[in-house]
Amino acid sequence: MPEFSKPIPAITPEMREFFDGARAGRLMVQKCDGCGKLRFPADDLCSKCNSTASRWVPVSGRGEIFSFNIMHQVYHPAFAGQVPYAVVVVELEEGCKFVSNLLGVKPHDIKCGMQVEVTFEKLSDEVSMPKFRLRAAK
Amino acid sequence: MSLRAKCAIAGLGQTRMGKNFDHPGPIGFAAEAVNLALDDAGLQRADLDGLLVNPGITWLNNPMASSSLQHAMGLGDLRLTATMNLGGGTAAAMIMHAAQAIDAGMAEVVACVFADAPLRAPSPNKGGDGGGSAAFYGFAQGLDAHYGLFGVNAHYAFVAQRHMYRYGTSNDHLGAVAVSERKWANLNPAAQFHDTPMSMADYHASRWVVEPFHLYDCCLVSNGGLAVIVTSAERAKNLKRPPVYILGMGQGHPGHNPLDTLVSGAPIAKETAFKMAGIKLTDVNFCELYDCYTFTVLVTLEDYGFCKKGEGGPFVASGAIGPGGSLPVNTGGGQLSSFYMWGMTPVGEAIVQIRGDGGRRQAPKHEVGLVSGNGGILATHSTLVLGSQP
Repeated sequence: MPEFSKPIPAITPEMREFFDGARAGRLMVQKCDGCGKLRFPADDLCSKCNSTASRWVPVSGRGEIFSFNIMHQVYHPAFAGQVPYAVVVVELEEGCKFVSNLLGVKPHDIKCGMQVEVTFEKLSDEVSMPKFRLRAAK
Repeated sequence: MSLRAKCAIAGLGQTRMGKNFDHPGPIGFAAEAVNLALDDAGLQRADLDGLLVNPGITWLNNPMASSSLQHAMGLGDLRLTATMNLGGGTAAAMIMHAAQAIDAGMAEVVACVFADAPLRAPSPNKGGDGGGSAAFYGFAQGLDAHYGLFGVNAHYAFVAQRHMYRYGTSNDHLGAVAVSERKWANLNPAAQFHDTPMSMADYHASRWVVEPFHLYDCCLVSNGGLAVIVTSAERAKNLKRPPVYILGMGQGHPGHNPLDTLVSGAPIAKETAFKMAGIKLTDVNFCELYDCYTFTVLVTLEDYGFCKKGEGGPFVASGAIGPGGSLPVNTGGGQLSSFYMWGMTPVGEAIVQIRGDGGRRQAPKHEVGLVSGNGGILATHSTLVLGSQP
């Protein structure tokens, strides 16, 4: 049986600072220079003010589960041994949404509103991927 | 000037639908559907002077699909053509474009067609994909592919899950839509599931595709084509079949973030279409609503105002939308139990109903029908109000 690994995203020029941040343990999103709106993934312009100027800024990495699904179909061989697995939408404290995986929670135990925080999974020397885990109650 | 009843649908053409693997491709299906629609109207190819095309996913990469179809069919001297794509909102949008052009004197007889052929025969050597459509609808790249977020199903599942959290919608509610549409399909000899009943237990027992969606929450991706002929109301009166009058038309594209929207473009599209038609919600006799998923029907019913926002679940669970219910919805079995032709499925069934051709599935009152189309993740929306009288 050939071994398949999950697809590793290419470090494109517009996403370089995101991956630089992730490698250093920081979750980065784009911030519009025109109006300050945060966005992810990278985009050419701000949907609020249409400014094309932006910079990458670190965010807290804290948020809550906004929604999720549980995937049962295998679309890529690397996921054949993973199904069923969950994909989550995290609403970050700063307001923007981030699609990711939630570690340490069985798919059927995931609930909207769970408090989560970012953690990083190292895939290679260049690429670390933001994932999320439950955050202890304050 | 209002376009109310200025134009009508004069012809309907529908090819065989479903897992038919011996076919000439999507352009062949499109040509067959257009020719069937012309026959239905009592018109010839030479009568066509407009051709609007919504290419399905297997020929979306053809940037001039309407020209390709024109050449394939040998259509000469067209005065109007376009390749259009608003996803599942396209079918009704093509009809709007046709009606506007006809009213403006830019064309007289316009064919609007959708066709696709994404299903392939299972391969005995490789095990194949069971003839499924995952190869076409499972696209993902970049970060999404790493996180395992593949395909449209997975994105709609996010929205449905959030609706469940926010409003208490459940799989029993989604199942009520699936079971209701199956009951309608059981009355429609042309539906792929016409001879297979479905109980709520069957719904719950169907395999998960992506939670919260079971297999029976998802539409029946099909090979086939469906076309309609639009012409002026005056001309339609002298053709073979009774005119299906276009009473109202509207579009609504709210521009929400697909990750967090729970509202379709229906409220916007409805306002335009109902104003043109001069109708209220209570004037609607039956609905043909875009149903890529059970969930889409539930949200669309809310957004037209048949129930309050968030109460789509209890509304569909009441039995209102099934055979014998107060509001017949998706009377041919819809895209869930008959066939999926993007927005052309609801358009085609509305024509059948308005004409009174529904046989055992005929809605008791069928003077005014509401048709919806929906594309993307609740991104585009189109509304048609069709009627038997001008």
